[in-house]
Amino acid sequence: MATASVTSRSTGRTLGALRLPTIIAAFLAITLGVLGIDQFVNAMTLGAIYALVALGYTMVYGIIELINFAHGDVFMVGSFVAMLISSRLLGNVGGITSVPLLIVSVLLLFVLTIGAMALVGALIERLAYRPLRRAPKLAPLITAIGVSFILQNIIQFFIGPTFTKVPQLVPVEWAIEISGARVPLLNLFVIATSIILMIGLQLFISRTRTGRAMRTTSMDRDASSLMGVDINRTIMITFLIGSGLAGAAGVVHGLYYGNTNSSIGFESGLKAFTAAVLGGIGNTAGAALGGFLIAFVEVGASAFGVGRWGGAIVFSLLVIFLVFRPTGLLGSHSGDRA
Amino acid sequence: MSGIGTVASTRFAPVRAFFRRHRSLGIAVGVLLISVALPLITHIPPFDGIQSTNAWVNAFTTAAIYAMLAMGLNIVIGFAGLLDLGYAAFFALGGYAYAFVAAPYTGVHLPFWPMLLAGGVVGAIFGILLGAPTLRLRGDYLAIVTLGFGEIVPITLMNSDKFTNGVNGISGIDKPSIPGILQFTLINPWPMYALAITLFTLIMIMIFRLQDSRLGRTWDAIREDELAAESSGVNIVIAKLQAFAVGASIAGIVGVVNAAKLTIVTPDQFRFSVSISVLAAVVLGGMGNTIGVATGAFIIYLFQNILLKQINTLVENFNIPVLSTIDFLQFQYVLYGIVLVLMMLKRPQGIFPARRRMREFAPLKIGKRGVK
Repeated sequence: MATASVTSRSTGRTLGALRLPTIIAAFLAITLGVLGIDQFVNAMTLGAIYALVALGYTMVYGIIELINFAHGDVFMVGSFVAMLISSRLLGNVGGITSVPLLIVSVLLLFVLTIGAMALVGALIERLAYRPLRRAPKLAPLITAIGVSFILQNIIQFFIGPTFTKVPQLVPVEWAIEISGARVPLLNLFVIATSIILMIGLQLFISRTRTGRAMRTTSMDRDASSLMGVDINRTIMITFLIGSGLAGAAGVVHGLYYGNTNSSIGFESGLKAFTAAVLGGIGNTAGAALGGFLIAFVEVGASAFGVGRWGGAIVFSLLVIFLVFRPTGLLGSHSGDRA
Repeated sequence: MSGIGTVASTRFAPVRAFFRRHRSLGIAVGVLLISVALPLITHIPPFDGIQSTNAWVNAFTTAAIYAMLAMGLNIVIGFAGLLDLGYAAFFALGGYAYAFVAAPYTGVHLPFWPMLLAGGVVGAIFGILLGAPTLRLRGDYLAIVTLGFGEIVPITLMNSDKFTNGVNGISGIDKPSIPGILQFTLINPWPMYALAITLFTLIMIMIFRLQDSRLGRTWDAIREDELAAESSGVNIVIAKLQAFAVGASIAGIVGVVNAAKLTIVTPDQFRFSVSISVLAAVVLGGMGNTIGVATGAFIIYLFQNILLKQINTLVENFNIPVLSTIDFLQFQYVLYGIVLVLMMLKRPQGIFPARRRMREFAPLKIGKRGVK
């Protein structure tokens, strides 16, 4: 990162950056060999969704050191907003075969949902977290749990606890052949969307003024405040972006699975948080990496017939990482206080 | 002045002085008076119109169980300052421990009373098993680990259907009995009420004594300044582990009572929402104040099970078209969330603040301690 000033820290990062592509390439090759192309694509798709959610956790933790328990539920609400937009506003029930219309609808769906969830996230920050910024650690944590519970149960209260159908705008039948295996275009679309958003985020954080403000705030809030960074605005923007990404994940989840449920936020939230910890909480690239790793673990578990223990395995991973390597795979600045 | 004693006038000074010296006796007398008064109140309108006295007593028993859970969680959160979001897991383990040895499902029928202690031991063992590797973690990491644990236990209970009968749970659990004198039944709620109240009293006395002990002061020190406590020679991990184990063992004991009361345990009874409802009671009552959190639990329980139920029946009876599709009991969960958020924002010390906690939350406005 451009502004990293502590020598040891920047060396660590360079080393990580050099090793990383090799590790990832080797990992992908091995999993592709073990799982086969179908399961591999499934894992990548699932990973894309987890990664998008994990980014929000890691960004918020990086900047205010709060585990935003409500983040998974922002993702869940996002999937419901996407459902409402595509079924009510766009009036669709299934695949759109006309390509221009499809592109316009999907774009509209993304823009509206991301916008809505960014606002929800910022609102939560403003109302529930900002007043507690100087409070003891326990207070915002409890508030976050409360917000999570409110979001989850408001959806249950008004929409119900059962699975709700979501229109799959991208036709499920569309597929391409890769070395004999049929790969649905939908999966590729999900993976591509998530990778584009992640690259966009990386560019934003490393290249823009606001991104730099976010980085300095997460390193030392008071010092950056003295240097003229508007802390409240920066934190607000972090929430806007994180929740927007969760909204995007909600859209993608709906398009991919064709249904949604008020409890997906809790389950995926826990997994996405594990992903963030795995990658090194506070580290955005790590969160993305962790998201894919978790997905591979989960898909691998079901491939070996222990699918219903997937959650337990992921959780054990979380505990193991927190205990033995709290800085995660890529390390981060906040791990040293663990 | 303690929050509860302010009303009493000087006329009662000798009485108060007596009970201050013999606090355990004071607690016992106080709880006894309240537990006798509660069923009496239900004969007075409008309470007598809501449900039969037996149903009321049953409700009070459940409320007492809930209050015991709140007191147990309060040890972890209020005393030691550790956020445990999977408390229901220990409650579940206690319940299943009893169900395994006292139901037709396994064919074993051990007596209830020793199992009450065994439930506590099971809770403590699992508390230590979970705590030992994780209590070194920072507070917020611990919160998420306990959250995960609270999720894993019901899932494991559900998935290991060979041993636990899966989703359907274990039913037909034995009721307690005192051989030759008393057999607890589902029809007569009074013995269970007496049992719950007795246990409630014992737990409360134990907690008060614990709070004044060396261990209680250690917890205070850790919560207020972990670093300072450690430098003063406190073994932080051991002390935290003790808080975890004591809290978990209370949940285990209460789990046994709950299983014996309902005569059935299912994984669904111990969902995340249970942990959150207990947390809401602790936060509402005031973290750190034992009597406060017990009262908080009573308030929340009665609110959801009497008031919301009443609203539901009212809406049904008057057939209000818009509202009739909404199940107001569902609203209790939204309520827990609102309690947590509003209390943290507006009154973090709870409605009945613990004296220590009040001071802890007070200096926030000066804004010096939170600066990193």
